[in-house]
Amino acid sequence: MTLDLPLIWAGLIALAILIYIILDGFDLGVGLLFPFEPGEDERDLMMNSVAPVWDGNETWLVLGGGGLFAVFPLAYATALPALYAPLLAMLLALVFRGVAFEYRWRTTRWKRVWDVSFFAGSLIAALAQGIALGALVQGIEIENRAYAGGWWDWFTPFSLLCGVALVFGYALLGATWLNMKLEGAVQERMRYRAAIAGAVTVGFIGVVSLITPFLDEIYFARWFAWPTALYSAAVPLLCAAAIAALYYGLKKRHDVTPFLASLTLFTLCFIGLGIGFYPYIVPHSLTIAEAAAPDSSLLFTLVGAAVLLPLILGYTAYTYWVFRGKLDPEEGYH
Amino acid sequence: MIDGLSAELLARFQFAFTVSFHIVFPAFSIGLASFLAVLNGLWLWTGNHTYRALFDYWKTIFAVAFGMGVVSGLVMSYQFGTNWSVFADRTGPVLGPLMAYEVLSAFFLEAGFLGIMLFGRDRVGPGLHMFATFMVALGTLLSATWILSVNSWMQTPVGFGMNDVGQFVPEDWWAIVFNPSFPYRLVHMVLAAFLTTAFVVGGVGAWHMLRGDNGAPTRKMFSMAMWMAVVVTPVQIFAGDQHGLNTLEHQPVKIMAMEGHFHSYEEGAPLILFGWPNEAEKRVDYAISIPKLSSLILKHDLNAPLAGLDTVADEDEPPIAIVFWSFRIMVGIGFAMLTVGLWSLFSRWRGTLYDSRWLHRAVWMLSPAGFLAVLAGWVTTEVGRQPFTVYGLMRTSESLSPIAAPAVATSLIAFIVVYFFVFGAGTFYILRLMRDRPAQQHDEQREETLHAGPIRTAGATHAARKDKAMSKTAEGSAS
Repeated sequence: MTLDLPLIWAGLIALAILIYIILDGFDLGVGLLFPFEPGEDERDLMMNSVAPVWDGNETWLVLGGGGLFAVFPLAYATALPALYAPLLAMLLALVFRGVAFEYRWRTTRWKRVWDVSFFAGSLIAALAQGIALGALVQGIEIENRAYAGGWWDWFTPFSLLCGVALVFGYALLGATWLNMKLEGAVQERMRYRAAIAGAVTVGFIGVVSLITPFLDEIYFARWFAWPTALYSAAVPLLCAAAIAALYYGLKKRHDVTPFLASLTLFTLCFIGLGIGFYPYIVPHSLTIAEAAAPDSSLLFTLVGAAVLLPLILGYTAYTYWVFRGKLDPEEGYH
Repeated sequence: MIDGLSAELLARFQFAFTVSFHIVFPAFSIGLASFLAVLNGLWLWTGNHTYRALFDYWKTIFAVAFGMGVVSGLVMSYQFGTNWSVFADRTGPVLGPLMAYEVLSAFFLEAGFLGIMLFGRDRVGPGLHMFATFMVALGTLLSATWILSVNSWMQTPVGFGMNDVGQFVPEDWWAIVFNPSFPYRLVHMVLAAFLTTAFVVGGVGAWHMLRGDNGAPTRKMFSMAMWMAVVVTPVQIFAGDQHGLNTLEHQPVKIMAMEGHFHSYEEGAPLILFGWPNEAEKRVDYAISIPKLSSLILKHDLNAPLAGLDTVADEDEPPIAIVFWSFRIMVGIGFAMLTVGLWSLFSRWRGTLYDSRWLHRAVWMLSPAGFLAVLAGWVTTEVGRQPFTVYGLMRTSESLSPIAAPAVATSLIAFIVVYFFVFGAGTFYILRLMRDRPAQQHDEQREETLHAGPIRTAGATHAARKDKAMSKTAEGSAS
């Protein structure tokens, strides 16, 4: 029996990126909701809800970058220069919002500055990630193992659309997370915001899904031709179920259901995207097999991942368990 | 100013800038994480409140420094791809897996347990909290291990073949991970991190004693830091010497640059203490040197011949003056640390460790010295291996992404502005935390009233009050 190592790794990298999107998604979403809660106590609570976990959430992004470098070096070496501007904007934005977690508590006069930095950093990071994703979906020009496009290729109406869509999507994750973690009036407001962000997100998902098949005939074939259409059709149906669960959960004032429904919605969109990508890793220029590192690299890294990833998932889950439940406004983490 | 610079030079400057900012934080947090684990262990073991007070004091500073390390490190993991994509494509099969191991075994460990270490003591109990603190410390050390293996392989590449598209293909992972310069570089860097932290901790203690604080926590941190200085500095000097001998074996050109040996010496090379390397004329001007000492140090023989830069083609030489000077700065700081360490030992023996104001002033002066030494050391080894990224096999000029100078220049300016602003503010906050006296006792009583519930940690209200009081003093003294 031989293992298709590149395919296994494509699955693992996709998993890492998905975990990143849903984990850092809600924690960037908390930042996005900052301007709507001007009260100091509410902001303290919102930040405290993610303070013990944000660092671990962001590590999945490092794994995405480092993992790509390890197992698909050619994809790393071509997609990153192609997405130069949005990625650098994202990194700088993450600097601003990451330091806000500590700096905010170290000052009174500049607290507002770090509030703004937390919000703006979250916004630009979310926008840049959506733009990068949109640009990737549109495809990247590669010649002689190098990026061959221009510096502004990433800047298209479609990529901007994806950027704005992701901002609302993250806001939905953030609002449903806070709906789960907070109580009282502020929870009511979060539930209301979750409903708005949810409606807008669903709208954007619809628009992006309608445009994508016409970007490239491969996407079109994948979504509408037999037999892959069978899988592709399942995704919107399941999405409809997740949206229904979100609606129901918010209406019935559930704490946890809306968050889980939003996570499911994100996961399904991601799977839909994955179906469109396969067998490419950089759409329409680089397949998974072409981009893969030699088997010796893939195997060596897989051994480590097989041992360490379950451990990581274990202690990450434990951390979430330790800090589970509603936040006690009296408690404070700092 | 940036006009006319090539994309390569700008990309090199960008890497140097971002990595130099970054290394400062790990150099501190590697040492501090271990220090915190020791403090927490001693608190649990002895029940002495001084240790708990010190743990709480340094924990807050650690949190700020660690946050800065995380975000500046995230930038590094994308630099290879954005600016050095040819390097990434060709070395990815060898270096990528090592970095993936770093993320999987170290970054997640630190990040996963940091939340519990900082905020979870009362939620998980003392045993698990100790475990989390230990895991954070272990994570910082594992991270250093992997990334130094990566860097060392770039200096002394082994265990690979080449494929038809020019990629380095791993053949022997054991040889790659434990490449010839790795053990030396790892030991040298980890000890450097410990020393850097020791002098910061000692410097803070000294400063508070100079200001008249003679409380138990202040004395304790000063004493612990000075023990570290006494014990670790000699070991570090020995490790550095061994590292140098290893470099002589594998990267002799770097040693020639460090020593300023423009010419070969048939019978015993002199040790040039100081001088002005004149690269145009290929000589060291105004040199003050000790005959034959370099041969004695490097070859353990006064009359051993030593080859110089005249045996190397010009295009294979690193910039000499930078390597020559940065090496001397590092060694100079090392010996200053040794002197102060021995001085503290003498004062301790005389019973004046806590009273000798001149000693306190000296330690305070040296508190940032570790950072300078770390930076100087890295400049020596990184500039010294130029003009290669993979030593002898891949040139820096061949490693660059197909990017235009304006794109690199723009991002470079953005990094400079953002880093000075963000990390400047962070450094200010750390200094302000250090200005606070450590709590004289870890107050059980206060702890209990503040933390009535079973799941309380350090109270936000308390922190906010302290913050307000602090910034009031700051405003008062500013006006």
